[in-house]
Amino acid sequence: MSYSLATVSYIGATILFILCLGGLSNQETARRGNLYGMIGMAIAVVATIFGPYVAGFGGVAWIIFAMLIGASIGLYAARKVQMTQMPELVALMHSMVGLAAMLVGFANYVDPIAASHLSGAAKTIHEIEIYVGILIGAVTFSGSVIAFGKLSGKISGNPLLLPGRHWMNLIGLLVVILFGWKFVQADSIGTGMAYLIVMTIIALAFGVHMVMAIGGADMPVVVSMLNSYSGWAAAATGFMLSNDLLIVTGALVGSSGAILSYIMCAAMNRHFISVIAGGFGTTGGTPVAADGAQPAGEVTPILALETAELLRDAKNVIIIPGYGMAVAQAQHTVYEITRFLREKGVNVRFGIHPVAGRMPGHMNVLLAEAKVPYDIVLEMDELNEDFPKTDVAMVIGANDIVNPGAQDDPNSPIAGMPVLEAWKAATSIVMKRSMASGYAGVDNPLFYKENNRMLFGDAKKMLDEVLIALKA
Amino acid sequence: MPLTIGVPKEVAAGEKRVATVPEVVEKLIKLGFAVQVEAGAGDAATVSDDAYRAAGAQIVEDTATLWSSSDIIFKVRGPSPEEVGLLSEGTTLVSFIWPAQNPELLEQLAARKVTVLAMDSVPRISRAQKLDALSSMANIAGYRAVIEAAHAFGRFFTGQITAAGKVPPAKVFVIGAGVAGLAAIGTASSLGAIVRANDTRPEVGDQVTSMGGEFVAVDYVEEGSGVGGYAKVMSEGFQKAQRDVFAKQAKDVDIIITTALIPGKPAPRLITAEMVQSMKPGSVIVDMAAEQGGNCELTEPGTVTVKHGVTIIGYADLPSRLSKQSSTLYATNLFRLSEELCKNKDGSIDVNMDDEVLRGTTVVKDGAITWPPPAPKLSAAAPQPAAAKPVAAAPKSSGHGKPGAPSSAKRAGVMFGVAALFFLLIGAGAPKEFLAHFTVFILACFVGYMVVWNVKPALHTPLMSVTNAISSIIAIGALVQIAPPMDGVALDRPDGWIRLLAILAIVLATINMFGGFAVTQRMLTMFRK
Repeated sequence: MSYSLATVSYIGATILFILCLGGLSNQETARRGNLYGMIGMAIAVVATIFGPYVAGFGGVAWIIFAMLIGASIGLYAARKVQMTQMPELVALMHSMVGLAAMLVGFANYVDPIAASHLSGAAKTIHEIEIYVGILIGAVTFSGSVIAFGKLSGKISGNPLLLPGRHWMNLIGLLVVILFGWKFVQADSIGTGMAYLIVMTIIALAFGVHMVMAIGGADMPVVVSMLNSYSGWAAAATGFMLSNDLLIVTGALVGSSGAILSYIMCAAMNRHFISVIAGGFGTTGGTPVAADGAQPAGEVTPILALETAELLRDAKNVIIIPGYGMAVAQAQHTVYEITRFLREKGVNVRFGIHPVAGRMPGHMNVLLAEAKVPYDIVLEMDELNEDFPKTDVAMVIGANDIVNPGAQDDPNSPIAGMPVLEAWKAATSIVMKRSMASGYAGVDNPLFYKENNRMLFGDAKKMLDEVLIALKA
Repeated sequence: MPLTIGVPKEVAAGEKRVATVPEVVEKLIKLGFAVQVEAGAGDAATVSDDAYRAAGAQIVEDTATLWSSSDIIFKVRGPSPEEVGLLSEGTTLVSFIWPAQNPELLEQLAARKVTVLAMDSVPRISRAQKLDALSSMANIAGYRAVIEAAHAFGRFFTGQITAAGKVPPAKVFVIGAGVAGLAAIGTASSLGAIVRANDTRPEVGDQVTSMGGEFVAVDYVEEGSGVGGYAKVMSEGFQKAQRDVFAKQAKDVDIIITTALIPGKPAPRLITAEMVQSMKPGSVIVDMAAEQGGNCELTEPGTVTVKHGVTIIGYADLPSRLSKQSSTLYATNLFRLSEELCKNKDGSIDVNMDDEVLRGTTVVKDGAITWPPPAPKLSAAAPQPAAAKPVAAAPKSSGHGKPGAPSSAKRAGVMFGVAALFFLLIGAGAPKEFLAHFTVFILACFVGYMVVWNVKPALHTPLMSVTNAISSIIAIGALVQIAPPMDGVALDRPDGWIRLLAILAIVLATINMFGGFAVTQRMLTMFRK
């Protein structure tokens, strides 16, 4: 295969990738989109292996060997993973892209062929590309590993806020820039390698530190941000190798992740910077809840039996799932209840807050897994106006996303965050394990509203009881 | 020794309610109390003595025995002079008392050295809502008021188009949107009427709308919320504006239901004789404030009269007319109070004067008058601090809208400046080949931006996993390093190292590639209609 043929194949692959992302705009076309992605990837890989870039049969054999290992692990993982573990899986996969980008960067640096025809400014730029590529790759790698640990519960979800963390980050950044300067000046690969390794260590530490400082409910932002980073890492590698396919694909992925991060931040009414800088501590918001705005009153508990009665008598029901539903693996019971009620003619719909769960769209995937038809799963903006006409709003394992304080209380740390207005329904039922406050550490005035009922207990267990009571 | 709760038969004429029902008797016994009920006490509320017996209560034939052998008396109406005489020292009486209107009764009760809890004096705070008997009675009264009006009104409530002609819907005007008013609004609108409502407290407008009514505001600025969520006396100017509104409504509507009360004051006169005269013949007025003198000038408390062709209903016993429902709710309120009194569930009571709810409810404690209680610490709906609102709103409005525009324009300017500088730097120093790649990069960012904005939020997780799979294109980078064509360049290339790194990178990237696409496919097949 000639250079031209390989390049044309790359253009084809690029178009297919764009079509792939475009296909995801809609459930009907999404599967076709994924297929485009697969074809595009196959074309790109085949064109590279049999193109002018790989010489001799020995190389191809090595490649096939490596790809077989990777493919079997990947397919196995994809089959085994549970839908509730999607965020972890995605985070883990980001870390692989990051690590791969790092390895490619190092390999490229020690490879004399890569820079053999370069000189002057071109050589400097090439070295900066290597440096930046490894930097982004390292941050993506270590950050994603920590994100994986946090999402899978291996590391505590609480934000770890080291004293003077902003200064630490700043110093790290300065050192990275300084070493970058020296790296470009280095005359032998040996000295350059030393700078490169120090920078890599700092970048790895920075990735760990950054994600450690971020709390559980901010994870949607982090996961999408790491998604974006993995794209930029690929793009940087593309610059390094002068490969347009990598650049385009990396840019597509990078901007996609950046948009998702932006959407998630907007859904929490937070600035991207303050999420990344870590926790709610930056605004000093946590203690504010203590003064004055503390909601007063008593909560009204309810039993599963009474919940079933309320549901049975309702005409319009909105279910608001949150991370608690994922933890309790309650989505199948939720679906059973939904199906039962819908057969009885009750209009059951789902209201999904953009940051419900631990990654963008997490709830949609869980509900889809439980066979909930996607046309009754609506976004916040689509049904927020319908709450006054709703008889029962059922909140399953969610807290901050239904907090009326975000609208009423200008002192609340989550003031201004768009929320699902569950309290406007005739009755709201909140399923929770205890009265503990949500991630934001803000007490939720919804619990104390006159028309609110609390159903305490494990979501799965309680919903099972509700289902039994409904069918009885 | 468990205490005994006694429930006598109500003696007031026409009173059909009873202070407990069998379902509540069971719950009281579970709290540890013994319950005795006077024979025939529940007859008027269609609860038989047998039903009480089945629930575990003892039936006592003799009134005097019941009063003397009970430690706690549950009643609906305040005690009559004879009943006061039956109270023995140390007894606890729970009933409606209206201490402000009945100071002599309070004196008499104190003289008997008893403890009295007045269900009308429960403080209006969130915690006490479950024992707020006034609200539960008002709710019933509001419902019944509409039913009475419908009964006296000669037409349908709902508009219909029938073979025999078109029926216009009835128009109902509700004055006062408290609990009773809201219940009336809800009932009337569910019968199909066009409902309008007015209240001196503008903040109840939303509640009126939520019940299916239309809020008619009085165009005169004055804050009408008094302490404890009740209305207060309004200024002369407001009252005039209000009368104009009412006069206009009276000409238009078919039914007026008035519920306006001000605590401790006679009911305000809102509907004048002229307004009644201006109403269409056959119209109905239900004056729910009849007991406190009536909101309508022509109301005769306790009866129904027809004046100027308008039926004016002045019943003071609307809750009692729904005796089964009101008995059940009142009994439940009393049960909630018992729970507060008996925290240990051992059948004993503790009138804890440090408890805000019990303090407010208790009007006589061991023979000493404790009414009125100190002002409540926290009101259910504190009057709006007038200044707070605009202040809170001010910083918000500066964030967007007109005042915000210059700052966002400035920000855009800065961003353009930075971008221009950045591009200039690159343009000045970078070689041609780099710029070609850079062009591709920037264009791809924009394409990605455009495409991804169209992705549905529901598909964000598949989007992430597919972009993740695509980002394993990084494998290409590793592939080209495994065995690049040497092109005659003879350099000492550390083949082993590079190959190791590249193979590792390929393995990682392929895990991602196959895993990512496979899991995306798995997710997408789950989405179904």
